[in-house]
Amino acid sequence: MSDLETLQSIARLVPQGARVLDLGCGDGALLAHLQALRGCSGYGVELADANVLACVKRGVNVIQLNLDEGLSMFADQSFDVVLQIDTLQHLRNAEVMLRETARVGKLGIVAFPNFAHWPNRLAVLRGRMPVTKRLPYEWYDTPNIRVGTYRDFEALAQKNHLQVLDAFGLQDGREVRWLPNARAGTAVFKFQRRAA
Amino acid sequence: MNFADALPLQGGGSIRGYALAYETYGQLNADKSNAVLICHALNASHHVAGVYKGQPKSEGWWSTMIGPGKPVDTNRFFVIGVNNLGSCFGSTGPMHANPDTGEIYGASFPVVTVEDWVNAQARLLDALGIETLAAVMGGSLGGMQALSWTLQYPQRVRHAVVVASAPNLTAENIAFNEVARRAIATDPDFHGGNFYQHGVVPKRGLRIARMVGHITYLSNDVMNEKFGRTLRDGIELKYSTQDVEFQIESYLRHQGDKFAEYFDANTYLLITRALDYFDPARAFGGDLSLALARATAKFLLVSFTTDWRFAPARSREIVRALLDNRRELSYAEIDAPHGHDAFLLEDPRYLGVVRSYFESKVGA
Repeated sequence: MSDLETLQSIARLVPQGARVLDLGCGDGALLAHLQALRGCSGYGVELADANVLACVKRGVNVIQLNLDEGLSMFADQSFDVVLQIDTLQHLRNAEVMLRETARVGKLGIVAFPNFAHWPNRLAVLRGRMPVTKRLPYEWYDTPNIRVGTYRDFEALAQKNHLQVLDAFGLQDGREVRWLPNARAGTAVFKFQRRAA
Repeated sequence: MNFADALPLQGGGSIRGYALAYETYGQLNADKSNAVLICHALNASHHVAGVYKGQPKSEGWWSTMIGPGKPVDTNRFFVIGVNNLGSCFGSTGPMHANPDTGEIYGASFPVVTVEDWVNAQARLLDALGIETLAAVMGGSLGGMQALSWTLQYPQRVRHAVVVASAPNLTAENIAFNEVARRAIATDPDFHGGNFYQHGVVPKRGLRIARMVGHITYLSNDVMNEKFGRTLRDGIELKYSTQDVEFQIESYLRHQGDKFAEYFDANTYLLITRALDYFDPARAFGGDLSLALARATAKFLLVSFTTDWRFAPARSREIVRALLDNRRELSYAEIDAPHGHDAFLLEDPRYLGVVRSYFESKVGA
């Protein structure tokens, strides 16, 4: 998911000059990109020591925090954009964190592996859990504790009163807007809180 | 360095004719933009790094962090270590004479606060011709000074590195300080703080104070790992109530004895009081976010998961208040086993983050 085209597809969703919170920011590559090319500012949130160090090394602001402990540190609507890029699937409290994302950010952008991508369906049809480039883990050692599909997320967004502003699939660095639930390995959603 | 002019103090009154002991490392660059001020905690001094000539054991208290090629690289930065007013390592303290009376200060040494120390440090920088600090840095009580710098002299600080610190002390923390102070003040050799004239030192009190302190600087895990229930002598119990039986007792007594040899009893009272009083949010109805609105520096904050004296939750309060003010910051929460002491120890994750921060941010 860290290839340049994918990163650029996500970055295009972030408004110029936005104040960004990147949950599970990894080594800070996306934030560095947003700062350098889109004039953004903000912070990454990471748990892993190595990633925290990588962020500090590249001059990206980072806050070491376990997302399973929530976002109480961040005030309502205090960021223009909150990103969860390949983070949701690792979270025990995925639904709470989705709501938190919409509480803290005026915009939320979530990307995660789409389990309904056709090669995955094929693997399950054959009776085995998929092991692909996008989902490289065996069922017994995967860190992806939330396996969901593009369509599942639509339902979850609906349930949590989130208004989806844009949604598409990503496959091989390209946006997939026709049948993304079957044709894309990654699901991307841009959303905001529905006005009460 | 001697300062003739009176320094007004937060608690009222002032102090004049005082000296501040300081050391510098590295070279101040031509535009004087590479100065880093190191603030010390309870039991430390201006001697932050390196060793004195011919004294191989005189290693500075933050030598893991500061020196040539170290995370705070003195090949690159001009580092200043300063001993605070009221301390007992060279700066004017209660063991010195009051220029107004010619008599040893003793108990009459004015109560100094973190804010007073920062003001005194600012005067030292004035005298050294340094207007702006590339960074101010400290751990524990030193971190409080670094934080206070960003509030008292926001325009003079580019970066603040605040390690294992807190925006104020909790009741439990004040309680530990009070136990230590009572141990000292109730020692018959204390003489109300004027023991110098009696030619004695309240060593019993100092020992107990240090023992209590040491317990709080370690984590339960590290204490169990280091000492466990190991007996000091052999494997047979002595069935004695007063002899040293367990290894941990031996360790604490040893630490207490060592400390009582060199530390000043009045200094202990003064410095723990400065800790108790520090509370920048107090003037803002307890609202730390309002209090930190003045700070314009960029911050690196570090805490340690097993530090229960200055717990990560306290550092997170600072992080949150800075976020509320949209300040630039990074925060590392190091999963180290060593409790509060971790800030003085060699942990590659901790030192790596500080090194990278100085390389990518402070030196940029």
